[in-house]
Amino acid sequence: MKPFVQKLDELTPEMVALVDRVVEEHQNDPTQLVGILLDIQDGVERHYIPEPVAYYLSQRLSIRVTQIYDVVTFYSMLYDKPRAKYTLEVCNSAPCRVKDSDTLVETLKRLLNLEVGEVTYDGRFCIEKVPCFGACDVSPAVRVNGAVYGHLDSEERVLDMLRQLD
Amino acid sequence: MGKTVSFISRNFGRYNPASLASYEYIGGFTALRKALGMDGLEIAKVLSDNGVQGRGGAAYDMGRKWSQARAVEAPHKCVVCNADEGEPGTFKDRELIRNDPFQLLEGMIIAGWSVGADNGYIYMRGEYSHLRPLLLSAIRQCEEKGYLGDNILGSGFSYRIHLYSGAGAYVCGEGSALCESLEGHSGRPRMKPPFIKQCGAFHLPTCVNNVESLSLVPPLLLDTQGFYKSQGTPDCPGTKMISVCGNVKNPGVFEVPFGITIREIIYDLAGGIEDGHQLQLVQLGGASGRLASPAQLDTPYTYKDMKAADLTAIGSGAILVVDERTSIIGFLRITQQFFFHESCGQCTPCREGNLHIRMLLDKVAAGTHTEQDIRLMEKYARIMSTASMCGLGETAQSALLSAMKRFPEVFAIKKEVAVR
Repeated sequence: MKPFVQKLDELTPEMVALVDRVVEEHQNDPTQLVGILLDIQDGVERHYIPEPVAYYLSQRLSIRVTQIYDVVTFYSMLYDKPRAKYTLEVCNSAPCRVKDSDTLVETLKRLLNLEVGEVTYDGRFCIEKVPCFGACDVSPAVRVNGAVYGHLDSEERVLDMLRQLD
Repeated sequence: MGKTVSFISRNFGRYNPASLASYEYIGGFTALRKALGMDGLEIAKVLSDNGVQGRGGAAYDMGRKWSQARAVEAPHKCVVCNADEGEPGTFKDRELIRNDPFQLLEGMIIAGWSVGADNGYIYMRGEYSHLRPLLLSAIRQCEEKGYLGDNILGSGFSYRIHLYSGAGAYVCGEGSALCESLEGHSGRPRMKPPFIKQCGAFHLPTCVNNVESLSLVPPLLLDTQGFYKSQGTPDCPGTKMISVCGNVKNPGVFEVPFGITIREIIYDLAGGIEDGHQLQLVQLGGASGRLASPAQLDTPYTYKDMKAADLTAIGSGAILVVDERTSIIGFLRITQQFFFHESCGQCTPCREGNLHIRMLLDKVAAGTHTEQDIRLMEKYARIMSTASMCGLGETAQSALLSAMKRFPEVFAIKKEVAVR
């Protein structure tokens, strides 16, 4: 599938500005790599680390690009492939599962006409199963770009959440 | 309710977490002033006298940890606050950071003074990125007021706190993996020795403490009346933050004295099981915790009694309540899937063990397992707990092993398979 906005092979001035800003915020400290990558990912529309950004970042921090890809592929919150603008991350750990997050996944799949791991044709939505993100008191929960939406135990609540996103 | 106390959580809702001035107004940083007049070993002794055990899960004697860290001879040392609260079902640290960030910072500064460190690092899990601005501004305000930086409050002690972010790796809660991650690498645990107390983050001697342990220090130093010691039982004094979740009416974070029973926690504090359902099992201490059967609900919540009842000794303080709507095998498969996903893949027992036990559990769920499969599963689980490199592999199968002991009926062989 072709990515919907960004050209993968070019480093745009916006990306350079984004990387520069984030690196500056982290005091040019290469040991903060994980935090830097998370912040860059937040700033990219489809929430991933594009390849030219990884190369530019490695120059900027004077580290090897292999280290960046080691980190990106190790941590489950970092992605090297484009995701959606709103990735619906459903908790897949025991506290949410015993509160019936399976039904929540089915509801999302039906409402968006989407399978887990797929992206809608316009690149807006995607459903993913992720490990616990510490919102067990409001389970079953979904996290979208860092914001947690809890108590999604009925279809109306799920619809409410989806409407809030757009 | 009367069964909760407020000692670690005494400041919840009492001040504006975004403002240092309001923390000072309610008496913030008096513990730091007191600590700066004390010797580091004296502070460690206060912790030992009160029998404080680390709250991250390993329950190591905290006073001993600090005096050991102090005894290490090195020009630079560091303190790490482990806010990588990855255990599913645990969210007490989230509440501590959100409601009382300054108490955590105060505890960290005292820890730095006590062990003689010059830098402190907070490693917060990536999932809590919404708390990052709050903590960053708290650190900045402390720097402006002279609680952090050079020559803190004229004592000649210089100390800085840095905030680092994780990115969703459960294994980074392990001390040496956390240190790797702090250095900007992937978080794979290191071979020990050298232990992190001698060579940890940035190859410096490192003293790692949980958020709750550090938040406990300031109120404890100011507790001249012996309130903390009067709580709990004689051989396990004090209070503990617990997080209750799962099929209960009122999930949440509570601070309880040690010695309260699990039944009281579930039925009195968390409001009991959701309507019309039966309690089936309780998992204590997160995904790496053992399962308790309903018959064990009257076990007092102390390190000793829990151990005697063959349960996880407190662990991270998570209590996951599961009713009969989830089958035991189904629950074990969820836990197994979690560990299969989170294993870093570095050492063979954990990587292969988790994969094979997952396949065997699928077999049990389908009802096609044989006697040999059960024996094999148990064997793999035992190998993993003895031969893995870090705590993840060692504890990954405690749920399975305890389920085999407490609910043997779910592993029973189906007749037609036994004949075959």
